[in-house]
Amino acid sequence: MIIPVADALAIDGVRKSYGNVQALDGVSFSIRRGEFFGLLGPNGAGKSTLINIIAGLVLADRGRVSVLGHDTVHDWRRARRLIGVVPQELVFDPFFKVLEMLRIQAGYFGCGRESWPWIDEMLERLDLSDKRNASMRSLSGGMKRRVLIAQALVHRPPVVILDEPTAGVDVELRRTLWSFMRELHGRGTTVVLTTHYLEEAQDLCERIAIVDRGRVCVIQTTQELLNRHPFRFLRLKLAGGAPLPESLVPLVSGEVNGSLELKLERDRHPIGAVFAALHNAGVAIEDVQTREPDLEDIFIELTHHAAPPRAAEEADAVPATAGQP
Amino acid sequence: MNMGRESAPEYGLERFSDRIGFVTLTRKEIMRFWSVLGQTVTAPVITALMYLLVFAQAMKGRASAYPGVDYTQFLLPGLVMMSVIQNAFANSSSSLTQSKILGNLVFLLMAPLGAWELFGAYVTAALVRAALVAVSMLAVTAPFVTLPLHAPLALLAIFLLSAASLAVLGLIAAIIANKFDHLAAFTNFIITPLSFLSGVFYSVHALPPFWFTASHLNPFFYMIDGFRYGFFGTADAPIWLSLLWTSGFLAAVSAVCLWMLMTGFRLRR
Ligand SMILES: Nc1ncnc2c1ncn2[C@@H]1O[C@H](COP(=O)(O)OP(=O)(O)OP(=O)(O)O)[C@@H](O)[C@H]1O
Ligand SMILES: [Mg+2]
Repeated sequence: MIIPVADALAIDGVRKSYGNVQALDGVSFSIRRGEFFGLLGPNGAGKSTLINIIAGLVLADRGRVSVLGHDTVHDWRRARRLIGVVPQELVFDPFFKVLEMLRIQAGYFGCGRESWPWIDEMLERLDLSDKRNASMRSLSGGMKRRVLIAQALVHRPPVVILDEPTAGVDVELRRTLWSFMRELHGRGTTVVLTTHYLEEAQDLCERIAIVDRGRVCVIQTTQELLNRHPFRFLRLKLAGGAPLPESLVPLVSGEVNGSLELKLERDRHPIGAVFAALHNAGVAIEDVQTREPDLEDIFIELTHHAAPPRAAEEADAVPATAGQP
Repeated sequence: MNMGRESAPEYGLERFSDRIGFVTLTRKEIMRFWSVLGQTVTAPVITALMYLLVFAQAMKGRASAYPGVDYTQFLLPGLVMMSVIQNAFANSSSSLTQSKILGNLVFLLMAPLGAWELFGAYVTAALVRAALVAVSMLAVTAPFVTLPLHAPLALLAIFLLSAASLAVLGLIAAIIANKFDHLAAFTNFIITPLSFLSGVFYSVHALPPFWFTASHLNPFFYMIDGFRYGFFGTADAPIWLSLLWTSGFLAAVSAVCLWMLMTGFRLRR
């Protein structure tokens, strides 16, 4: 007999409202063990609310969440031991020093001295060794962020959720955190990440859920998500500022530094046809560049946020609910 | 760097201990007031000594309500209990309110600690601070005021019941409070008046009938009266009644507080 392996996180019909605001409007999906999962969405989409419900900080109005098969409400003690959450806000206890804080946090989770070497290791890895005896209040924002990350990991949880760990963090630290998260993932830890840096999600996450207004609009592997965009972009600089042939004008999606950007549908507008049209019109090309759509194009299309008029129009062709499980 | 073991991460839950969580939180709460003993113990002891000095001087020569007990002797146990009441309340309420407002309470709420563990840890730390205040006051005044010790067990019981009740009341106040102003209102409009109107400075037998009856509905009155009984063997109310009142009060506030902690009232929104 095969015993089914519980998902790292199983979220089932979760709803939460704050007064008139429906922060989560029936969210269901699961995250498999060992996945590197991205939770994306515009401000106010409900990402932190969902994370807080998973962490037990907020009680859902309806629905259930379980961590590796342990319900976060009925079996809360086990569920909480299995996850580590890095909160979005930079909260800290000004009374304590970095090392004290981490040992106390390990203690809350029921870990004694045996966890101290691990704490030292994390301090080292997060470049905090020289701050181990600094008071929490004296740390810069980036350092506080690192302590928060270490704090979430003191009990070596198999599931780690990071709510915008790279917000307000400089380039170097961001790189450190990326390799740190990759290492965690490499050890078999399930990592859930929220971020507003879409290239970060594109690079790190194997699967992504996009949440908007309390609902999951789409949940797919990063590759599927990128492929679902039926366009590619062609950037042209024409010699001598010659006008574009009439037939190509409807394809223009923008103008960047004197180059025209054309948005081409993969099936309908082969790049060869564009070049042929230019050739026939006798227009010489000075420079050409192609760009594959990135997560940002897809994100904008799906959430209709900050969408340029043309993109919004075309987005209607793709049902926003497509891909929902 | 190799982060820990080479093998798959251990999901084994048996490596965790429930006891360590409770002990850690208790120690942390004690460290919190210990690191500022000047504010948390010395200051209240000095305040209480001032009261003792001023009232003893003003009431010099007056007899207390009890035979063979002079006014200063009568006053001291009341002042000690008043300090116990105020400090037990202040310890748990200020710690929890501060964590709530600074947002670092999330670290505690995310941890696998149950209602009883949170409750027990905060109450224990408050008991330690209250005991420290009480013992310091008695030690500092020992050269000037001699107190008999009639019923040490009753004294200890009343102390524990009273300090625990106030620690629990502090937790309730902190759970309800959303800012320090709310907590200050709770202290100024409930704790302080009730502790002053409880017979610290006088025997309630000296009061007009209405206030005499009202005093007997004030749980703080039984705390102070019972405490005084422990020293002198006489008091305004019988000791069993004081023990009954203080136990009943502790049971009632604990039930409310545990219900709040179990349901996440105001803490897990
Ligand atoms: N404690 C609260 N009280 C009232 N409304 C809340 C509370 N917490 C969240 N909300 C509301 O719920 C909605 C979702 O908020 P949430 O913080 O989950 O968004 P988010 O996706 O994390 O956004 P961001 O990217 O800005 O962090 C928002 O409309 C927010 O105003
Ligand atoms: Mg958020």
